[in-house]
Amino acid sequence: MNKLNADTARRIGLSVAAPVLAVALSVVITSIVLASAGNDPVETFTQMIEYAQEPRTTTLIINAAVTYYFAALAVAFGFRMNLFNIGVDGQYRLAALLAAAVGGAVELPKVLHVGLILLVAVIVGGLWAAVAGLLKVYRGISEVITTIMLNSITTALIAYLLTADKLAVQVEGSNNIGTPEIPASGRVGGIDLVPDSKLQVYGLIVLAAIVGFLYWFVIERSRFGFDLRATGRNEEAAVASGVNVKRMVLISMAISGGIAGLVGMPQLLGASYTYSLDFPAGIGFTGIAIALLGRNTAIGVAIGALLFGFLDTSSQILDLEGVPKEIVLITQGVIVLSVVIAYELVRRYRIVAQQREVGRQLSSAAGSEDSKPQGAQA
Amino acid sequence: MKPESESAGVPAVELKGITKRFPGVVANRDVNLRVMPGTVHAVVGENGAGKSTLMKTLYGMHKPDEGTITLNGEQVVLHNPSDAIARGVGMVHQHFMLADNLTVLENIVLGAEPKRWGGFGLNRAAARTRIREIGKQYGLEVDPDVLVENLGVGDRQRVEIIKVLYRGARVLVLDEPTAVLVPQEVDALFEALQVLKAQGLSIIFISHKLDEVRSVADDITVIRRGTTVATADPKTVSSRQLAELMVGSELPSPQTSESTVTDRPVLEMKHVELVKDGRHLLRDVTLTIHAGEVLGLAGVEGNGQAELVESIMGMRTVDGGTITLAAENITTWTTRRRREAGIGYIPEDRHRHGLILDAPLWENRVLGHQTRHPNTSGPLVNRAGARADTERIVGEYDVRTPSIDVLASSLSGGNQQKLIVGREMSGNPKLLIAAHPTRGVDVGAQAAIWDLLRNARAEGLAVLLISADLDELIGLSDSLTVILRGELVAQVDPSTVTPEQLGSAMTGAGEAA
Amino acid sequence: MSTTLEETPLEKKAPLLGLSKPWRMALYAFAGLVVLSLIRVITGANDLTSAGTVNAAVMLAVPIGLAGLGGLWSERAGVVNIGLEGMMILGSFGAGWIGWQHGAWAGVLMAIAFGVIGGLVHAVATVTFGVDHVVSGVAINILGLGATQYLAGELLADSPGGGETQSPPNSGLPKPSIPGLSGLLEPLESKHWFLLSDIAGILRGLFTNVSLLTIVAILLVVLTYVLLWQTPFGLRLRSVGEDPHAAESLGVKVRLYKYYAVAVSGGLAGLAGGFLAIVASNLYREGQTGGRGYIGLAAMIFGNWRPGGLMMGAGLFGYTDAMQLRNAVAVHALLLVVFALLLGLTVLNLYRRRWISAGVGLVFAVLSLIWYLNTDELPGPITTMTPYVTTLLVLSLAAQSLRMPKASGQVYRPEGK
Repeated sequence: MNKLNADTARRIGLSVAAPVLAVALSVVITSIVLASAGNDPVETFTQMIEYAQEPRTTTLIINAAVTYYFAALAVAFGFRMNLFNIGVDGQYRLAALLAAAVGGAVELPKVLHVGLILLVAVIVGGLWAAVAGLLKVYRGISEVITTIMLNSITTALIAYLLTADKLAVQVEGSNNIGTPEIPASGRVGGIDLVPDSKLQVYGLIVLAAIVGFLYWFVIERSRFGFDLRATGRNEEAAVASGVNVKRMVLISMAISGGIAGLVGMPQLLGASYTYSLDFPAGIGFTGIAIALLGRNTAIGVAIGALLFGFLDTSSQILDLEGVPKEIVLITQGVIVLSVVIAYELVRRYRIVAQQREVGRQLSSAAGSEDSKPQGAQA
Repeated sequence: MKPESESAGVPAVELKGITKRFPGVVANRDVNLRVMPGTVHAVVGENGAGKSTLMKTLYGMHKPDEGTITLNGEQVVLHNPSDAIARGVGMVHQHFMLADNLTVLENIVLGAEPKRWGGFGLNRAAARTRIREIGKQYGLEVDPDVLVENLGVGDRQRVEIIKVLYRGARVLVLDEPTAVLVPQEVDALFEALQVLKAQGLSIIFISHKLDEVRSVADDITVIRRGTTVATADPKTVSSRQLAELMVGSELPSPQTSESTVTDRPVLEMKHVELVKDGRHLLRDVTLTIHAGEVLGLAGVEGNGQAELVESIMGMRTVDGGTITLAAENITTWTTRRRREAGIGYIPEDRHRHGLILDAPLWENRVLGHQTRHPNTSGPLVNRAGARADTERIVGEYDVRTPSIDVLASSLSGGNQQKLIVGREMSGNPKLLIAAHPTRGVDVGAQAAIWDLLRNARAEGLAVLLISADLDELIGLSDSLTVILRGELVAQVDPSTVTPEQLGSAMTGAGEAA
Repeated sequence: MSTTLEETPLEKKAPLLGLSKPWRMALYAFAGLVVLSLIRVITGANDLTSAGTVNAAVMLAVPIGLAGLGGLWSERAGVVNIGLEGMMILGSFGAGWIGWQHGAWAGVLMAIAFGVIGGLVHAVATVTFGVDHVVSGVAINILGLGATQYLAGELLADSPGGGETQSPPNSGLPKPSIPGLSGLLEPLESKHWFLLSDIAGILRGLFTNVSLLTIVAILLVVLTYVLLWQTPFGLRLRSVGEDPHAAESLGVKVRLYKYYAVAVSGGLAGLAGGFLAIVASNLYREGQTGGRGYIGLAAMIFGNWRPGGLMMGAGLFGYTDAMQLRNAVAVHALLLVVFALLLGLTVLNLYRRRWISAGVGLVFAVLSLIWYLNTDELPGPITTMTPYVTTLLVLSLAAQSLRMPKASGQVYRPEGK
């Protein structure tokens, strides 16, 4: 038993080691890039960290992380089943646009109004993702290709819908156009989470926590989650075990898209109250990066979201110091690449180590047993 | 056994003291092998004894940790297959190494292409000529311009051998070449080997089929538990003696005791049809398996066995006919519902269909039983229940593992298979489908699995047994059906049929019963 | 070894009218031209085959085609390259950065070099470390974008006429024409005769003001075919994408060939980016690639992983792009073209007894006809969608006849390691 505990400790140690290594490596590479352009890396990171500790920045970091968290969970849900939902970007934008349009068009009691907007977002995101699911199930087309195409189609569709004679109105005092503002009953107030900050944390942080918990519970503890993980790890075995993979693909794509639908909600219900031309785009891709960093677990993804929130938000200070703030994009790219490499190396190491361990334990005990592990031949 | 009297001249291949370690295991230990030119040298040993590892060493696919390789009297170090090929060693792999989407010609010349345009272009015309020449010289003819995916098993093997000869190999390693062939194809292969031998080539023939070995080989080397234990003369040694050398003890054999067949039908298939792209995968399949009966399904691989199993499991939707399980029509049921109704399934390829290799054992125990006690309660997974029951299976079915938390990939093939058998036997199945249940497992596990199948039968299960091992099929079955091109073409009595007769029926070459 | 085992041969598609493949393709092309011409005459949308449209279409097709060619090299060796977009971005930046200082050709070389660097990163991740190909590709897209934006801030911010998001203009490359051709064909084109004027327009579009880099791109397609299908090098590279273990067993250095392929892939994607910054425009601009790397991938799939097919796919994307930039009447007429195409596809599917595909095709055909009859013009954004929707339609209707390299996307691990 002691041995098992030691084993568990080592396993946890290894799974933490990969992301820590990756982050460290990306800091090193970023430093080299900075230094080669004549900037002081230590100075740069110190500035970012100090800036992050200002209450206002801290709030912004948390708010960014809330948005990223939804995006990363949406991607991670697909990943757990080997589905690559690159379309989160399109799904959340279309969902936010339509939810904003509906929310701005109706007057309802507070809870109902918010509920309706969230529901529309989830349904739109889910249905839009289900298109890719349907094409995969019935036509055998990789969701990677279809979701990429759907992203481009979404951009065009939004350009078509967000015009003055369709869903949009002119925003007062600018040449921006957007959906009619959502009335107060459809807004979600902020929370004073960070002391001394004039800004508030998005109220939907609560929803993020709930969705995160549900994500963990469904994936790790439910039968549905077992089927999902089984399909992700060995689809053919899952089929033989009685999993209806086609149905699973459809449902998982829809759920992934449904979560994606929530990505735009903190911004929409907590800050802008309208979907206008400058509504943030591209968060879906950040979500992919964070899901990879967080190893598709609810906790890991949360930490990853905070890290990316920190990088994106506190880099704003850098432009003032004469360092292009895009340096953090390099950091993020390197993190993603090195984290997947690190996970792969750790995974291989673990398999070999375990085979060696099993081989050793059995060869001391075995009679006529052939203790050669199967994996060594594969 | 055999004195070293014939060893005049320089051996074509000499391996001395070869040792090869993998993480946690020693696959080969102090292996010695001498192969004379112009002979067929058999290397025999049970599954997992280390034959393939040894041959990969000889073919440069990995370097031995200790020992030397000497080819035609010259000691060599082989860094990769190219080195081996350059020194005239060619390998015909057990699983064909052919790219389906390339032509026969492309597969043959790959890595040793004839050139044109001053060494820049691929000279297909020269390759065609050379392939035809080889075909004439050794009697191995094949159309160079068809895609490999359109070839049958026998043709593919021919392409593999031409591939090796094309590179000027003087030493041919054939790894279990007969495993996928029917007896008639085996005869053809042996004729070809005689031609090659007559032209001075040396052939290393790896097998665990002792009758074949004795009929084709000039010398025999026996490997047991990773090391060479003896050499033998095929003219004087008996299969029994060889088997004992291989196993180091008495050989188990798959004999059933008295019949337990009842008249209560468990599985009935009536006029089942399966059509894909206008082609019949199954045609008018009608069969019945009773409680307590083992029905053996014989056939050359790829004649509809997999499709038949997948139809019963509900992994394919049949295009006609009915399937009945214990008097209930299950034709339109989902796989899960069929499993819940009492179908157990030991799949042909356990890595692909039976296990999640990178999941722990207890999760693998849940697989296929996701809806049933004690694995789940309601919509949730019951971790404690599943773990406890995994402990039970590990104990009852003698799965050798340090814990139920190790990944399935770290178990040996035999132990993985025992886990699967234990899993599929739990939950009171009515029907057990066993596809190649002892493929790739060691002798100890093989005997254990045979026992388990016999016990299942005695407890009144209906068993559908599919196997390429005709001895296993004849030994365990109460009745035998032959499948050919998706049709059940013959019923034979396992108590009277010989493997040769069965082989004829499997290829449609003659009447067996 | 007599084989008693006869596998039922795979269902062979009966060749249409018994013609060999090149003739069949020529026949299809001609039939397409007749239909297009007919629709032009009916609708009066002369821009459908005007020299201007064709010229613009080529200009738009080249970067897509080059990116697709990059994808083809990589996938033929079994590595999925979704990082094309990132490599293109790197290429466009390299061209923009060096182009204004040292001339356009130097810019082209830098574009290729930057692309190759991107390709090598992808190769290290996927081939050496066995990372999932799509994951690595996504990471490279993030990295490519980040690196260029950062470098632009460092290297272009203080340049004359440049800034943090764009480079100063470069001198561009010559765009020669075949002398005298334009004068010969233009009168014929302006008569708007059935078929003759169309051919004149297309020829004039193809052979006037052709950038040297366009010619290079077309040569690269030919060169790709020759290298991959007519040389030992190509056979080895393709074998790696079909069955790496078979290749390995014959001494082919699998990883090395994958490296070659992915590096070339990156170079081609970089060149595609360079084309944007030197020929399509004359400077690097942030966001210039606009997802063309992804479209290149789609064009490659559209072309069934073959150079010829890829050219057709890129041409189609370029053409729809060009139409929407030129005029609304012609774009509207495109609906009729879509109708004709789908109808043709339906007939083909009926002929091949693919009832479901035929049915779906017919429904969409009728829908596009109804749409055409009930509208006078198409909103711009809807036209923007056309290439993407077309790709999805093609994939849905023709997926069965597509054949990707068998081991594409699989992580390769050598035997015994």
